[in-house]
Amino acid sequence: MSGKVLTVTSGKGGVGKTTTVANVGAALAATGSRVVCIDVDLGLRNLDVVMGLENRIVYDLVHVIEGQCRLRQAMIKDKRMPELYLIPAAQTRDKTAVSPSDMVRLAEELKPDFDWIVLDSPAGIERGFRNALAPADQVLVITNPEVSAVRDADRIIGLVEAERKGPAQLVINRVRPDMIERGDMLSVDDILDILAVDLIGKIPEDESIIIGSNRGSPVALDPDSSAGQAFRNIARRLNGEEVDFVQPQVKTSFFSRLGRLMGRGA
Amino acid sequence: MSSFLNRVTRSRSSQASGSVAKDRLKLVLIHDRTDIPPAIMEELRDELMGVIARYVDFVREDVEVHITRESRSSRLVAEVPLRNQPRTRSRR
Ligand SMILES: Nc1ncnc2c1ncn2[C@@H]1O[C@H](COP(=O)(O)OP(=O)(O)O)[C@@H](O)[C@H]1O
Ligand SMILES: [Mg+2]
Repeated sequence: MSGKVLTVTSGKGGVGKTTTVANVGAALAATGSRVVCIDVDLGLRNLDVVMGLENRIVYDLVHVIEGQCRLRQAMIKDKRMPELYLIPAAQTRDKTAVSPSDMVRLAEELKPDFDWIVLDSPAGIERGFRNALAPADQVLVITNPEVSAVRDADRIIGLVEAERKGPAQLVINRVRPDMIERGDMLSVDDILDILAVDLIGKIPEDESIIIGSNRGSPVALDPDSSAGQAFRNIARRLNGEEVDFVQPQVKTSFFSRLGRLMGRGA
Repeated sequence: MSSFLNRVTRSRSSQASGSVAKDRLKLVLIHDRTDIPPAIMEELRDELMGVIARYVDFVREDVEVHITRESRSSRLVAEVPLRNQPRTRSRR
């Protein structure tokens, strides 16, 4: 039994990588998988607060790599879940403290004990991205329906292929069905057409995500959140289930309630 | 209501911003995906013309070398308009 390394990355910053790692990690753990999330964004520690585990950090990724603590000591358990852990990033060190081969070694050490090792990559194409890509078995590229974010996603998808880690799968985050409806936003089909990749998730713009990260409680655990549903669907697809993508519905209160009742829509 | 008006006025005057975005993306990606700098492209064009000139006669100014893409694969396309020599000769 050997775990899979899932790297979550993007070209542009701020598109929703950390949000995706926290939520997909929680959704996978909720289905009974053993999950460890690792914040590879050295110097910009973030995943800890989104997961709500910031108060319990003693050791971090660099301590593990440099042998200053045992692996288990740096793993913070999320007590809300049966088997969900976080290895936080170092806040005071930069990306050169870790190398791609360090990450490969760490992943190999974790694989026997976990089903999923989910890596939160920094944006861009530098060392931090290479660190997160090196051990990847599967890569999710996050983008938003905007020209600059899609352009940068194209670049990253090319790099993932060049490193023989492809094909990357796409998550389109912050989708606004109402704007698509009136023609003021790139549609999901437009983006897939341009990038020529497979879609694995389509997350609506949803204020519950901000509320969830305020509280340190991922929306994937909230049965009423449409974004939470979309993240749970990603987790199911990762587990090999076929889950339909339903056409985005414009949010009137009636349709959103209907969509929720039927438990789908993203 | 305002979005209805927007749609009406737009259909007359200009495109919706979503499809403007799509068109702009397609164009910008054509350039992004071909990592050949213009200077190298010029050099390639010149060398290519040198080789072709040894075999056929063509209109130098109209030679075009560019990159096209389909899905995620790109191809280098050279267009070399040939001079219609045989016929001009036979007319003489
Ligand atoms: N679908 C969404 N709806 C609303 N806000 C979102 C959504 N996705 C992300 N955000 C917000 O956008 C910001 C950036 O997200 P984050 O996951 O930190 O991006 P990244 O890790 O790619 O830099 C955060 O404040 C987050 O709460
Ligand atoms: Mg982040």
